[in-house]
Amino acid sequence: MEFIRLPKVENVKLLDRVSPRRSRVGTLYLTATHTIFVENEAGVRNETWVLHSLVCSLEKQAATSSGYPLLIHCKNFQVLHFAIPREQECQDVHLSLQRLSQPESYEELYCFSYKPNVDDEERQNEWDFMNLKADYSRMGLPNAHWKLSPANRNYKVSDTYPADLFVPESATPPVIVGSSKFRSRGRFPTLSYYSKENHAAICRSSQPLSGFSARCLEDEQMLEAILRSNPCSDFMYVVDTRPKLNAIANRAAGKGYENEDNYSNIKFQFIGIENIHVMRNSQQKMLEVCELRSPSMSDFLEGLESSGWLKHIKAVLDAGIFITKAVAEEGVSVLVHCSDGWDRTAQVCSVACVLLDPYYRTLQGLMVLIEKDWISFGHKFSHRCNHLVGDPKEVSPVIDQFLECVWQLMEQFPCAFEFNERFLITIHSHIYSCQYGNFIGNNQRERIQLGVHQRTHSLWSYLWTNRTDYINPLYRPDHSQTQGLLRPSTAPYCFKFWRGLYNRFDQGIHPRQSVEDYLRTIQEETQQLEEQLASHKQKIAKLEEEQGWSVVQEAAPFDKSPTAWTLSHDLRLANTPQDYTGGFITSSPSQPKAPDSSGLILLPQDLNQTSIFSLSNSSDPESGIADLSCRSPLSEDSTRDPDSDEAVYSAA
Amino acid sequence: MEFAELIKTPRVDGVVLHRPFLPTVEGTLCLTGHHLILSSRQDNTEELWLLHSNIDSIEKRFVGSLGSIIVKCKDLRVIQLDIPGMEECLNIASSIEALSTLDSVSLMYPFFYRPMFEVIEDGWNSFLPEDAFKDLESMTDEWRLSEVNKDFSVCPSYPPLVAVPKDIDDETLRKVATFRHGGRFPVLSYYHKKNGMVMMRAGQPLTGTNGRRCKEDEKLINATLRPGKRGYIIDTRTINVAQQAKARGGGIESEANYPQWRRIHKAIERSNVLQESLIKLVEACNDQSHNMDRWLSKLEASNWQTHVKEILTTACLAAQCIDREGASVLVHGTEGTDTTLQVTSLAQIILDPSCRTIRGFQGLVEREWLQAGHPFQQRCAQSAYSNSKPRQEAPVFLLFLDCVWQILRQFPCSFEFSESYLVLLFEHAYASQFGTFLGNSAAERAKLSLPEKTVSLWSWVNRHQEIERLTNPLFEANSLVIWPSVAPQSLLLWEGVFLRWNRSSKCLDEAYEEMVHIIEYNKELQNKVNSLRRQLAQLETEDPLLQTP
Repeated sequence: MEFIRLPKVENVKLLDRVSPRRSRVGTLYLTATHTIFVENEAGVRNETWVLHSLVCSLEKQAATSSGYPLLIHCKNFQVLHFAIPREQECQDVHLSLQRLSQPESYEELYCFSYKPNVDDEERQNEWDFMNLKADYSRMGLPNAHWKLSPANRNYKVSDTYPADLFVPESATPPVIVGSSKFRSRGRFPTLSYYSKENHAAICRSSQPLSGFSARCLEDEQMLEAILRSNPCSDFMYVVDTRPKLNAIANRAAGKGYENEDNYSNIKFQFIGIENIHVMRNSQQKMLEVCELRSPSMSDFLEGLESSGWLKHIKAVLDAGIFITKAVAEEGVSVLVHCSDGWDRTAQVCSVACVLLDPYYRTLQGLMVLIEKDWISFGHKFSHRCNHLVGDPKEVSPVIDQFLECVWQLMEQFPCAFEFNERFLITIHSHIYSCQYGNFIGNNQRERIQLGVHQRTHSLWSYLWTNRTDYINPLYRPDHSQTQGLLRPSTAPYCFKFWRGLYNRFDQGIHPRQSVEDYLRTIQEETQQLEEQLASHKQKIAKLEEEQGWSVVQEAAPFDKSPTAWTLSHDLRLANTPQDYTGGFITSSPSQPKAPDSSGLILLPQDLNQTSIFSLSNSSDPESGIADLSCRSPLSEDSTRDPDSDEAVYSAA
Repeated sequence: MEFAELIKTPRVDGVVLHRPFLPTVEGTLCLTGHHLILSSRQDNTEELWLLHSNIDSIEKRFVGSLGSIIVKCKDLRVIQLDIPGMEECLNIASSIEALSTLDSVSLMYPFFYRPMFEVIEDGWNSFLPEDAFKDLESMTDEWRLSEVNKDFSVCPSYPPLVAVPKDIDDETLRKVATFRHGGRFPVLSYYHKKNGMVMMRAGQPLTGTNGRRCKEDEKLINATLRPGKRGYIIDTRTINVAQQAKARGGGIESEANYPQWRRIHKAIERSNVLQESLIKLVEACNDQSHNMDRWLSKLEASNWQTHVKEILTTACLAAQCIDREGASVLVHGTEGTDTTLQVTSLAQIILDPSCRTIRGFQGLVEREWLQAGHPFQQRCAQSAYSNSKPRQEAPVFLLFLDCVWQILRQFPCSFEFSESYLVLLFEHAYASQFGTFLGNSAAERAKLSLPEKTVSLWSWVNRHQEIERLTNPLFEANSLVIWPSVAPQSLLLWEGVFLRWNRSSKCLDEAYEEMVHIIEYNKELQNKVNSLRRQLAQLETEDPLLQTP
């Protein structure tokens, strides 16, 4: 490919992020789609693959004794630290990767060249797997109050909205068109979720173009129609998810928020979720904390606090809870908007859906929810995830925050979700990877123009095919936690740092044994036992009945503990110390090398054939344990120079 | 003294009890010598039975003639009693205050408690040093059990029997005792079977400013080294703190006099700093402001997690020296009764699988905390809600339990016990019907005749029902050394203690039950399949066709 200046560099070092003294030497290859590092060690086939579309940024650092450092920061929070022998090589790799990781047109994206062995019919089946109409009919729509509107069939009313939209039965085409003209980007109020139990609905839109005094009769009629479509309630909420100040500032630009005086029977409410720029900076700050080399507890907690990240997560969840209460407890419909109605609005509506409806806590339900509230309603994935080279100010981790809200809820309600953490992490990776067509482009119209359904593959079908990997063993459809509404606590101490995502590739800091994996193994065995039980019963019955013929079939006895293998597997990792000394003790640990296995404990291993997310970055269990050394600011007297025993000794 | 003198109003009707996450109860409040009891009159079942010694502090509030007493417990629970009548309320409050701060140990509840269960095994005899030494003898003959301290005269905080190098006689021990803080001469804490390396603990050496030296001390600890090998001295203080200790007669082992030893200084906080840390942490957890910045900044300012990290790191270092460097280790701080024990006991959890069992952990607490002379009575006299100025209170033991919990979280299948065991030990260390944690040393416990006059906590724990409750369903014995991560991302707030009364644990409890259910159903099926298999085999041999081919 034309952008590759140098397809192969020998003698490249891959440094351990936390303890650079541990490094691996190998060959670096640049291909059209991946950067591949192959370790040189004899007998070990240790490869690290990084998809170009996952590269977030590249950083060249000043030359060191080990070479010219090149850091690759990935969108899935992996950081690779290479040292390249010659400056020119480093320069070439840097320039090549810079170009390769910033495609200029959609055609360059990986999904258009990703060709698993699937024929066109199967590909069509992949895409047909997701059917939003089925979700609306699950909600009981269309019905006497809500109808499917053809108004946006050709994306004429709003080019960022999907073709199929549900509107109140009484909303006539002129009302829809009139209302859309009074809303940013034509995003008129339309249905997101309908509660068939009490007729309350969650609707969404963009901000009204109210400025300081403008009003629009059709828009007022539209809200009136939404209110009337809920016969049990005499008012509705209009929730503006922005901080009040931001909304007021928008008025000067001819936008703004609803005036309670102009709309009959609305209760207007601000919920202060910050904008995409604040969120981008916040995540950046948090990631800097995650990447600190050996942070003290205070470094970490102070950094986490000053990033504000958990505060923002709490704000999103609080907003979701407000809407949930309105719908489920008061039976009142809600219209949610922010500015354009594709970021905060998507977050809040989808979080509310997860809280309200157990269906969205199933594997299939979460996929449907993302398809509905994010993909179909025009969350600008390509802009927000920086799929193409573009305006860096458009980038923002809005979807990350939604996934994290779901994770925070899973921590509070361990039995309520059918899927596990791995499921969320896999979805996160693929939102950024561009391997599947689902998240390409910024709205439905763009995806149709790109022929995404004809030319790419669907993540949802892949996830469904591999669903056994994503099942939460504690989930039971009939469990009380699974039923009805979730009522989470949003006390600050209920929010945790999501180590599994943001420090996903730092193997050493995760629990060394996974309860989930243990339970999964047990359940698999239980299933086999159930089968054996049935077959034994059958055989005994047969024998007793016939007293004659019998087929002796030896079943493997369960004498071995079912979990033995999982544990030995886990403990290869477990049996390795970190560097607790801050380099005080320099002799190498004497643990024998275990074979490479990347599926260790809680690692969201992608079973994809192309292994784009190779986790072999630190597959050597010795060096794999991050050197999260324990040099505290208070114990600096123990040693200053980790490399010199003598210096320490004389200093002591 | 009669308890009755302290109880002005023994009984009040119409008292309303408010507890977190439980419905309010109206009933009759009774005060006895050791308990605060509230029972609802409706069905006569007792609703609250609280030990006075569990009460850390109380607050009174009055609205008209209705008084409220807010009772803050050492287990961090906060409850409220609404008491009609100002006089009754004041009387009750002053009685609780007096009864919860009794000075005399012999008035404590364990001396009055009679067990309502059958004592199958007397916990006072479960962990005798002689028995522990028998295990040691089976592995090595390099150590002996010395009776030099049998009357507690050489070291008042040591037990009567201690393990010391075989070649060191009692006379030498007496001399070394004069050179170590509190007479705490180096004794064996742990023998690592895998490579024969040992961990010892002691008090700081009393070198003073003029570098006093003790040849016997050098001889003692050198006796534990293999020829040509060096050992590590882990001093739990920073070098500055250790240097300053010289002015007060303490000090460090100098390189000149201990050339075979390398000294490593770590920074583990002690005493008042820890108590303040606990108070701040609990205050942060009880903050009602719902403000994320405030919570994180208070959590950080409490420094609790920092202490956990420091202690764990030091313990890991000690374990690493022994297991990976093949070196013997001597651990001490100042007195050798607090930070030292945190390090030596945690290092054993890491290194020795037997310490990760229910019984093994009891043995560890006995050896490394109770018999090693951790002053429980002083350290656990008050908890996080105390209004009085802390004297010698410090959550040293709670920090140890927190560190164990951190390792348990990282190795959820490697411990025979579950989190509830650690919570139980925390509760009983601060207030208990059992005598185990009374007194500050073996000497004090002997003087109080605790084994004769009180029941041991272990007698209660080591019964079938209790063991079942404390067992970790995920446990799979593993004989390996377990190396925890000490990265800040890996260390969590111990919710089971610090948020226990602040949030409902219903969903987490259900998850736990579900987990138990999955495991038990599997076992049940295994049994069924095995019995069917036997039945099948029997039928097959009875089969006439198979018998006569």
